[in-house]
Amino acid sequence: MIDWKDKREFWIAGAKIADPEAERLRVGSVCVQKGRITEIVWQKSVETDLPVLDAERFVLAPGFVDLHAHLREPGYEERETIETGSAAAAAGGYTSIVCMANTNPAIDDPSVVEYISCRAQQIGRCRVYVAGALTKGRLGEIINEYFHLKRAGVVALSDDGAYVTNSQVMRSALEYANLHALPVISHCEDAFLSSASQMNEGYTSTRLGLKGAPAAAEEIAVSRDCMLAQLTGARLHVAHVSTAGAVELVRKAKKKGARITAEATPHHLTLDDRLLDGYDTNLKVNPPLRGVKDVEALRAGLLDGTIDCIATDHAPHSEIDKDVEFDEAPAGMIGLETAFAQLHTELVAKGVIDLLDLVKLMTVKPAATLALPGGRIAREGPADLVLLDPAEEWTFEKRFIRSRSKNTPLVGARFTGRVQGVFLEGKWQSAV
Amino acid sequence: MPFNRKHLLGLEDLAAEEITTILDTADTFKEISERPIKKVPALRGKTIANVFYENSTRTRISFELAEKRLSADTVSFSKTGSSVSKGETLRDTVENIRAMKVDMVVMRHGSSGAHRFLANFLDASIVNAGDGQHEHPTQGLLDMMTMRQHLGALDGKNVTIIGDIMHSRVARSNIWGLTKVGAKVTVCGPSTMMPAEIERLGEGGVTIEYDIRKAIAGADAINILRIQLERQKARLFPSMREYFEVFGVTPEVLASAPEHCIVMHPGPMNRGVEIAQEIADGDRAVILEQVTNGVAVRMAVLFLVAGGSFDSGTPE
Repeated sequence: MIDWKDKREFWIAGAKIADPEAERLRVGSVCVQKGRITEIVWQKSVETDLPVLDAERFVLAPGFVDLHAHLREPGYEERETIETGSAAAAAGGYTSIVCMANTNPAIDDPSVVEYISCRAQQIGRCRVYVAGALTKGRLGEIINEYFHLKRAGVVALSDDGAYVTNSQVMRSALEYANLHALPVISHCEDAFLSSASQMNEGYTSTRLGLKGAPAAAEEIAVSRDCMLAQLTGARLHVAHVSTAGAVELVRKAKKKGARITAEATPHHLTLDDRLLDGYDTNLKVNPPLRGVKDVEALRAGLLDGTIDCIATDHAPHSEIDKDVEFDEAPAGMIGLETAFAQLHTELVAKGVIDLLDLVKLMTVKPAATLALPGGRIAREGPADLVLLDPAEEWTFEKRFIRSRSKNTPLVGARFTGRVQGVFLEGKWQSAV
Repeated sequence: MPFNRKHLLGLEDLAAEEITTILDTADTFKEISERPIKKVPALRGKTIANVFYENSTRTRISFELAEKRLSADTVSFSKTGSSVSKGETLRDTVENIRAMKVDMVVMRHGSSGAHRFLANFLDASIVNAGDGQHEHPTQGLLDMMTMRQHLGALDGKNVTIIGDIMHSRVARSNIWGLTKVGAKVTVCGPSTMMPAEIERLGEGGVTIEYDIRKAIAGADAINILRIQLERQKARLFPSMREYFEVFGVTPEVLASAPEHCIVMHPGPMNRGVEIAQEIADGDRAVILEQVTNGVAVRMAVLFLVAGGSFDSGTPE
């Protein structure tokens, strides 16, 4: 689109500036110098000697923040690397992401944290924050050295992909994480109840002859962790909430004063289990796509604040692994590159929420959830920004995908609204 | 109604008229198996591969006989266990077979939806000989053929399916096939093996009745499913003994059904578990007729899927 690669000092003029903190969406201009925002003026044009990027068609927002991405490195580089994952994030409008600990080795040792942080900085396409594993090897048995992990830079702790089955271990983990002021992200799933499941339990699973996971498998796990959060006073963040019952449990626990937050994914907010009709393995995710009523409850949760933020659960799997019988395929879909377009199309363009709400759910709210510095547009803050065209109608094609894996059911989808690119510390990366 | 499908993946996709076409064709083919020379040239020059990823005796033999009686050339191979654990993907295996210019693939596979997955890229015809817990369309058809012979038109008839409904592809194909032609289906079995929202399945849904005597009270036919030992290991029922007490079909239980009610079983039977010895060998059992009809139904399916009509490849 625009060749801003080498420009280090410039104005972005005439954009609609989405400031989620001030809850303001209004025309203005932003001056970027040496990677920082040095001025914001609420006028369409500026008189300046610096180069001016005419952004009149666009919305300028803080770069998106994702609390839940699987970068697969180290260990599963055939699915994704820190490099391809960072590129995918930037293409999706993200300037900060949190990567999950289910790598090989797991992120349960400071050396792995340092490796990922160094690689991400060398690549320099996205800020990568690291979630450390809650337990050794993510096995749910022995809690990790949270002090050492924190010193190495982790921003949260999670065994994502696995639930800590032993309640005593989870209690200790929460108590000890609280001591070190680290939030705990829980993947809530009673794995006995969901054992061998392929999709959501319901009419469609009965029709397709696929073993279903009942909503209760998630809700039992959410219940326990909410109770333990209350017992310990620790900071609990519930990952990828997918059922109506789980939304209600989080809502109640919040009312009781527990320090709980929750996220929902773009796919759980927009897709339901009826789509599995053709046995497309790209629709196989964990937690599974649920029923229409669950989708409605998640949206209600977004509106009343029960769901604090959007997180992608970007989960790359190779074509080889996905091009198999449904019950042989691993669960997960990529999401970084389509999150904004999909949510803008299904929620904003259809009037469920407005653009500023969506920007909040993808910037300041996730940042606040894990106390990350990003998600703001402010003078003297870093120029981490995303440029959006809310009006662009486009078709998502496989060749656009920057992620190393292509496991998304959205190839061929028509979207309204498109990320044009991001500025990371003022450095432009085009998404189109 | 002509049958214009390239594949037979399941009965859920078929219209009532298409099912009737297959059953009518099967009735015609049945006579061939009674002849001294049990062969017609209908599929001469066609090659069919029978690919069985799950153990099967009767279904595989039944398909092979059907193919041979239609003069097709056949190759068969069985491979148990998942394709992944064997080091070659299903897709590669089947594409290799296809590269040898096979016209039709008859496949049984342990994964629900495996046939639909293949149909996405394979240009040969695919006939489903059972996929996971999803469909077993030729079993559903042969059950319907047998019922039709004993009961006449199936519209308005009552059929009760007893046993492990959740894990049964036979139950699903029966439900779709029977409800499409207007029969009423009742399902009966342990609540631990009753799948979610089963009452919505089929055209107009099915009735759940847990009391076996009530379930068969108005039945014109009962179809007894095989109960598998592994379900007990998964703690879905406590013991074979108790299963027989509560859901086994015994002479005493069958007394609740009307006089004309026929007893069916897709086999293989666990005598003394889901069906009493006296019933299996009794005069209301039509279990061996089902097996005979199976060959005729499979001949009809292969013939129709191959694009056969009575002009080009008359069975006469």
